[in-house]
Amino acid sequence: MQTNASVVSFRSVEKSFGALKVLDGVDFEVARGEVLVIIGRSGSGKSTALRCIDRFETIDSGEIVVCGHRVSDPKLDLRRLRQDVGIVFQSYNLFPHLTIEENITLAPCAVKRISKAEAKRKARQVLAQVGLEDKLNSYPEQLSGGQQQRAAIARSLAMQPKVMLFDEVTSALDPELTGEVLKVIETLAADGMTMVMVTHEMGFAKGIANQVVFMHRGKVREAGPASILTSPATSELAQFVGTGL
Amino acid sequence: MGGSLNANHFMFLLQGALWTVGLSAIALVGGGIVGFIIALCRISPNAIVRIMSAGYVQLIQGTPLLVIMFLSYFGLPAIGIPISPLAAASASLTIYVAAYLGEIWRGCIESVPRPQWEAAEGLALSRTQRMAKVILPQAIRIATPPTVGFMVQIIKNTSLASVVGFVELARSGQIINNSLFEPFLVYSIIAVVYFALCYPLSRLSRRLERHGGPGRLELEAA
Amino acid sequence: MNLNLDFGAILERWPMFLDGAILTLQLASLATILGAVIGILGAIGRRSRNPVIVRICGIYVEAIRNTPLLVQIFLVYFGLASLGLKFSAFAVAALALTINVGAYATEIIRAGFDSIPRGQIEAAEGLALSRTQIYWHIVLLPAIEKVYPALTSQFVLLMLASSVTSQISAEELTAVANFVQSDTYRAFETYILVAVLYILLSLIMRLGFWLLGLAIFPRRRRLRTAL
Repeated sequence: MQTNASVVSFRSVEKSFGALKVLDGVDFEVARGEVLVIIGRSGSGKSTALRCIDRFETIDSGEIVVCGHRVSDPKLDLRRLRQDVGIVFQSYNLFPHLTIEENITLAPCAVKRISKAEAKRKARQVLAQVGLEDKLNSYPEQLSGGQQQRAAIARSLAMQPKVMLFDEVTSALDPELTGEVLKVIETLAADGMTMVMVTHEMGFAKGIANQVVFMHRGKVREAGPASILTSPATSELAQFVGTGL
Repeated sequence: MGGSLNANHFMFLLQGALWTVGLSAIALVGGGIVGFIIALCRISPNAIVRIMSAGYVQLIQGTPLLVIMFLSYFGLPAIGIPISPLAAASASLTIYVAAYLGEIWRGCIESVPRPQWEAAEGLALSRTQRMAKVILPQAIRIATPPTVGFMVQIIKNTSLASVVGFVELARSGQIINNSLFEPFLVYSIIAVVYFALCYPLSRLSRRLERHGGPGRLELEAA
Repeated sequence: MNLNLDFGAILERWPMFLDGAILTLQLASLATILGAVIGILGAIGRRSRNPVIVRICGIYVEAIRNTPLLVQIFLVYFGLASLGLKFSAFAVAALALTINVGAYATEIIRAGFDSIPRGQIEAAEGLALSRTQIYWHIVLLPAIEKVYPALTSQFVLLMLASSVTSQISAEELTAVANFVQSDTYRAFETYILVAVLYILLSLIMRLGFWLLGLAIFPRRRRLRTAL
């Protein structure tokens, strides 16, 4: 039952790496303005599921629809899909040879063909959103890890995506730097951005998620509102939450 | 010879190819010995020795082999030192190869991890003992792939001995062509022979580079 | 052995040496620029998704790297002639040197491309950049910056190797030397002088590449750090 409000939908999605089934019949749906948090142990398939949304991984069977694009269709126009989807990685992946401003203006100019002046205006705006207005002319290596990750978020925002994907974006950061990144994501959620994220930050997940999907051995073991984290129905989730991992 | 390409031509080319291999061997041994000394001088504790050897490397690496070749073959007789084509070619290649191998090997010696040097020092070994027993055996492993790779350069560079009249592969091609007037055909054959000599070494060098972890000395097995 | 060196007759002919040196630099510059272009295209070809293109680029690189420049020069020289094409010695020399250095540049630049982390490409893909845009904006400059020392050394080696084109009578520095020594019977002095000139040319090229590096890698200029 796909409603118009659905931004991301997975139906019986399966994927294997060789003999290993990493996604084994995964279903979920993300409505507009909703925040979906995927949790699970490493190797549970959560990152793969997220990467399938932007088609960094192709699936073996099932169907994925994102912003009206049939991602599972081999003839999909990848670049159209990716204009609607923003993705932020664990390792920031800012372009080291470009200033922060150039990092942000590159895609809007090259892909959306907007003017340089317009792109620069937009860069200033998104940098203000993540609190880095003063880093416009810095190079990535001059920034702390947390600042780099915020700049990477700003770079995605500049493309005005309809949905944002966050792939363990605080895992590479020192604990004292995760807060500033999570705060930016919270603000985005409050502004109504549709988001799908994989995270290990349980406290953060509780506060921000409209929907939590707990993955275990390639399957959705348990799904529901954030409250499932405090009162899990399955022993696996109970154990997972209990260990804090 | 004359006429069309015949068995005699191929015998002549084979002879030339043998001289190419022979000259390459001379250059490798001669350049290797001098290059090894250069490498040791480059890391000597004595500053003057270091500067002199660095100067040698800079000088030779800034000069074309062809000019060194001309300098030996035409220059030395002009100041009263007669020299045969073989001697001129061997001397030039030795001087040239030494500068490059010296640099390659210095890099290899220096890339032996620092703790190894310190451990050897801690055992109260003398500098010579440290080199011979600890550092060099490890450096040889690191040095094998680039040295095999450089042997390809040596073989190709011996072709320049042809300009001083030494009859190796390239020169034997020129001589055959003088009677055949089929330059494109003749040089194509020459190119194929060089390729047959060089390509296996290139492959070997790459294979060593990929698998050449510690404890593997495939060259000895080969 | 009679070591009474006389550079007088040699130095008198300085305008010829200057012309030769300039021609050598022109040859080297032309082959460097064209060779860099071939190197970039060749490296892209080596990483192409089309196996035929990968194979063709591989054969080009291996054929050039495993045969002597001297033989390549003769092949180009006589090959063009047998096709009935007439070119100046300079053009033939420039062509042969370009083909030669293009193969080495291909391998070096490919190593640079391979050193770009996968995450950089994914980030660019995630921003909807096309394959061409990714090469142009994301991969090319950092890749070249990483291999810049190896690449520029190769171009200096090429300048030195261009002396071989004297064999097809390109009137570069070594050809001038050959002429002067047969004219003056001062072979030793001539080649010593020419060796010094080549060393100077190497230094000039290294300086040029250093300045070029400052111009094309603004990040390095500002931060003084390697990528």
